[in-house]
Amino acid sequence: MNSRGKTIPVLTVISVIVVIWYACVVWMNAPFEYDRAERAGKEIGFSQLVSNTMNQERPVLPAAHQIVEEMYKTIVLKKITSKRSLIYHGWITLSATLLGFVIGTLLGVLLAVGIVHNRAMDKSVMPWVIASQTIPILAIAPMIIVVLNAVGLSGLLPKALISTYLSFFPVVVGMVKGLRSPDQAQLDLMHTYSASTWQTFWKLRWPSSMPYLFTSLKIAIAISLVGAIVGELPTGAVAGLGARLLAGSYYGQTIQIWSALFTAAILAAVLVMIVGLAHAYVLKRMGQKPDGATA
Amino acid sequence: MSQDVVSANGLSLTFETNDGPVHALSGVDLSVAKGEFVSFIGPSGCGKTTFLRVIADLEKPTGGEIRVNGVDPEAARKSRAYGYVFQAASLYPWRTIERNVGLPLEIMGYSAEETQQRIARTLDLVNLSGFEKKYPWQLSGGMQQRASIARALAFDADLLLMDEPFGALDEIVRDHLNEQLLQLWDKTNKTICFVTHSIPEAVYLSTKIVVMSPRPGRVSDVIESTLPKERPLEIRESAEFLKIAHRVREGLRAGHSYDE
Repeated sequence: MNSRGKTIPVLTVISVIVVIWYACVVWMNAPFEYDRAERAGKEIGFSQLVSNTMNQERPVLPAAHQIVEEMYKTIVLKKITSKRSLIYHGWITLSATLLGFVIGTLLGVLLAVGIVHNRAMDKSVMPWVIASQTIPILAIAPMIIVVLNAVGLSGLLPKALISTYLSFFPVVVGMVKGLRSPDQAQLDLMHTYSASTWQTFWKLRWPSSMPYLFTSLKIAIAISLVGAIVGELPTGAVAGLGARLLAGSYYGQTIQIWSALFTAAILAAVLVMIVGLAHAYVLKRMGQKPDGATA
Repeated sequence: MSQDVVSANGLSLTFETNDGPVHALSGVDLSVAKGEFVSFIGPSGCGKTTFLRVIADLEKPTGGEIRVNGVDPEAARKSRAYGYVFQAASLYPWRTIERNVGLPLEIMGYSAEETQQRIARTLDLVNLSGFEKKYPWQLSGGMQQRASIARALAFDADLLLMDEPFGALDEIVRDHLNEQLLQLWDKTNKTICFVTHSIPEAVYLSTKIVVMSPRPGRVSDVIESTLPKERPLEIRESAEFLKIAHRVREGLRAGHSYDE
């Protein structure tokens, strides 16, 4: 990856976002301050107003430094066994995310292999796969949790299955395309060797599909996290980043909500980055031509 | 008949398309004897590639009969009768040159030791020793095509089917590879069926030139070359060479293929 010449543009964009954010903080939190000043029968000056809006206990929109402070307190300072530690909640969500991602990837790959090799599956499975994704996950998540609870499954697995439900989809779509990506000459070559379907799969289709697989996995890991968070919402807010979001919204703890959101976003970014690194590593092992190289 | 490597009798192949049937091959009678170098030449649509693909069991004929090594193409394919060289090198980009050449050996279940020996031997045959660990993108187009020829030679098939293998290469590289191919043919005693667009290439390489014409795809002339087996590149300026080339050109013109 080329990082040269990117630092300044990236910093510029970030600072613009921060400036807009703080402007919004003042604008959105100001009515509360005016209201409070009026009830106290006082006039409020502009500089006082600005400083107040940035330090409210339950702001409409918390300022960036409040979120950073809250995250520092709940991630670094709290013991990870504490129910207030975001590491504790993050791990619970992460474990469901990873389990769901693994199951979803396996399921997606298996379905894709079936679709590519079996005409009946090709015709019948794909419409269902697509239909499955048109159902809003928010509607189906509580049902999955409740149904699985009724058969004695609770805790990690039901949440992971919601992640699975979301993450298998990009894997199926990507892998069907990837396993079909070899060109006719490459397939004919296998035919001239009288290679079995199995040999053609492992020596041609599977290696050809790697770029497609990893592209799908990047999407899959991110929506697995979304799935795990959604799966935590109907569980009565016990633990996890989703529970943290829900608890925050019950008690109007906007700073808590935003720090959970940011933690989730950072977690997602890190997960996508790890998949990206695995992608680069695998392609390198497969002798991919480096960018800009010539023979 | 039975010693013929390829023999076709009234061979036809009709593709059903939305625009009606396409007669890719119609009533083709042809035999290729062991050790021959046969070129198939003709304009696009004359069925030369289709004929090669029928020999390779990549297409099924719709009429007539074809035998490869005395059996039907499917049985011949399963007994590994031929190596096929495609128009594009079709090397697998994630495999090094040696692993590309070793691909058929892996599939056919050769031992690791024998695979190594065969890779070394065939790479030497196409003058690619020293490039074992390179990936295809690190090689020039001509070298890639040589690697793909090595791959077709790796498992000792007596018949080499080549579908315009040098079509995408420039003329200088092509001349060089033609010369090398003749040497290779001489060294290995293979039977070669070679599809080409180029008259000089066909005349230079072949012991027999099959001129084909389109709509329907058929054989319009079969020319036995009178050139000696020893062929320096200069032979292409000899009177005999030009005479054969002229007859090929006449045969192509007789197919009326350029009026359409």
